[in-house]
Amino acid sequence: MSGLKIAVCIKPVPSPDQYHRVGIDPRTKTLVREGIPTVINPLDKNALEAALQIREKCGGTVAAISMAPPAAEENLREALAMGADEAYLLSDRAFAGSDTLATSMVLAAAVKKLGPVDLVLTGNESADGGTAQVSAQLGEWLGYPHLMHACGLEVMEDGFIRVDTAREDCRVAYRVKLPAVVSVVRTINKPRFTSLMGVIAAGKKPLSVWTSGDLPVDENFLGLEGSPTKAGDIYQPDLSRRCELLEGSAGEIAGAVLQKLRAAGLQL
Amino acid sequence: MDGKNGLWVIVERSANGFRKVALELLSRGRDLAGRLGEVSGSRPGVWAVVTGPGSAPGTEELYRYGADEVLMVCHPLLEEHRTDLHAAVLADLIRERSPGIVLFGATAWGSEVAPTVAARVKTGLAAHCADLRIDGRGLLVQCVPAFGGKVLGEILCPDRRPQMASVRPGVFQAVPGDAPAGEPLVVRPELDDDDRIKVLEVQRREITGKPLEEAEVVIAGGWGVGSRENWQLLEELAGLLGAAVGCTRPALDEGWTEGEHTMIGTSGKTVRPKVYLGFGISGATHHVVGMKDSGLVISVNTNPNAEIFQFSDFKVVADARAVAEALIAELKAGKTS
Ligand SMILES: Cc1cc2nc3c(=O)[nH]c(=O)nc-3n(C[C@H](O)[C@H](O)[C@H](O)COP(=O)(O)OP(=O)(O)OC[C@H]3O[C@@H](n4cnc5c(N)ncnc54)[C@H](O)[C@@H]3O)c2cc1C
Ligand SMILES: Nc1ncnc2c1ncn2[C@@H]1O[C@H](COP(=O)(O)O)[C@@H](O)[C@H]1O
Repeated sequence: MSGLKIAVCIKPVPSPDQYHRVGIDPRTKTLVREGIPTVINPLDKNALEAALQIREKCGGTVAAISMAPPAAEENLREALAMGADEAYLLSDRAFAGSDTLATSMVLAAAVKKLGPVDLVLTGNESADGGTAQVSAQLGEWLGYPHLMHACGLEVMEDGFIRVDTAREDCRVAYRVKLPAVVSVVRTINKPRFTSLMGVIAAGKKPLSVWTSGDLPVDENFLGLEGSPTKAGDIYQPDLSRRCELLEGSAGEIAGAVLQKLRAAGLQL
Repeated sequence: MDGKNGLWVIVERSANGFRKVALELLSRGRDLAGRLGEVSGSRPGVWAVVTGPGSAPGTEELYRYGADEVLMVCHPLLEEHRTDLHAAVLADLIRERSPGIVLFGATAWGSEVAPTVAARVKTGLAAHCADLRIDGRGLLVQCVPAFGGKVLGEILCPDRRPQMASVRPGVFQAVPGDAPAGEPLVVRPELDDDDRIKVLEVQRREITGKPLEEAEVVIAGGWGVGSRENWQLLEELAGLLGAAVGCTRPALDEGWTEGEHTMIGTSGKTVRPKVYLGFGISGATHHVVGMKDSGLVISVNTNPNAEIFQFSDFKVVADARAVAEALIAELKAGKTS
């Protein structure tokens, strides 16, 4: 099939390997995430990689889209450096406080504005919120068929793709008519590293910023006001336990461990 | 009974009955409905809503675990893997019957159906709840993990209905009651298909090990286990203890384990065995979230300051292999003597 126009949704998130540093200010009851860098959501790199592989095979273009504060320009530049052709930053105060329904509405508006898109790829879930809801909801706003948990993706005969999905106890392969929305899991590929050439090229690629006024948004579902869900209190669960030390030779330790297991009610 | 304001649990069918998470949600639903009755003066009925190609056997189980009513939604096109069609009929039913609360299991199936339904009926959905309760106003308080579980946040859906939430398997406990079984209500919705989504093939995976969620003892291994040979020792130990083996992500990535379905944590399973015995695991939040509700926690790590020790009842500061070997020797000696 001739070139596909692919949009990839990129969410900037606080670097997931530093979540041990996330906390809550006991006085203000607000989130503390100081000094944790913002990166592209790991699975979104898999989505971008999948898009780039399709482009390499079939031609076409890849657009990276992000709904985020202005600083996300840096993350979109990284997507361009990885190989995306163009980037769109959807940034407006009116988008603040969006839940997944409101977020997916804005992303859908951007996809519509891009013109006829063949395929929208997302990560299966974001590392910070981890709702795994945006992709299916984006599909619904667009009225496209959508699938999650994609671990394989292949362009088929004109107008269709094959999507392999991973479930608990099976793999299910689907044929899906384009345009479609597909979210990918970690096993689908290994995202490429950005090369220096890529970084240089990225500087010259188009990056547009769209505000609410530029997009065909549904005012009823805009931002905090339009989000059906509202955030309440946040807290940090205390999971600490007593942690007694078991000491001795390996044999003595093994004996002590087994004794604890028996005390816990196991028949050994 | 039209189910108005009812509390619905969407039941996913499996090859041999219903997924256990549905029973867990029915039990929790029974408690939530009771609490709603106290707060608002009228207790909503708990509905188990089952979608599928034909009616399902074994519905007594649904009543036993908390359902007041069972709604069986049948259509030949509602084959298991057509999540799009399941979502379509559920959204229609929700519009028609206006339940107050709808709960889903966050399995692969549920986590695809739930957001689709929520987008169709334009309501809120809280993902992967760690807890659900009813507040003084009778609203469902949905407690969701963020940042891999490091932080919990409460989510409310004050205006739109239904209030919807998804919950991972293993978060709540399935508690049987002695309510009598009733007669399921069967509905046969209209449903069309087109060529947009078609199932090409289904490859079942044979899972040999004991299911992690059902095991009384879980042996978990992390990157510190060090090698595939050492991993075999964990498997052997598990065999002797009748335990299931779970892993962290680095161990999965090393290829030591049976596969993705044995990973414990944020993006894997939630386990709450009687005993959790961990080897070479650092204690990253992403993993701890999945094992924190275990009964007894014993951890083996060479680093005396390993984070995991904070979440453990007992710690062993030693080499994973040495401790596993000693345990195997001790158990074998016990068996022969
Ligand atoms: C979005 C996201 C989701 C994730 N989801 C999950 C998830 O669901 N589950 C999960 O587990 N991880 C998940 N992770 C990864 C997680 O953040 C951690 O990286 C992972 O849990 C660490 O695994 P580990 O403890 O095996 O490895 P490490 O952190 O490398 O720890 C190895 C430990 O072994 C100890 N050790 C070394 N040698 C020995 C020895 N000879 N004997 C005994 N101990 C030894 C070390 O002291 C160390 O504490 C996720 C990450 C991200 C970004
Ligand atoms: N603000 C956003 N901007 C762009 N893409 C997003 C945004 N939020 C979510 N996504 C996409 O939706 C996927 C699932 O996110 P979530 O539902 O938040 O877990 C992510 O992996 C992204 O691809």
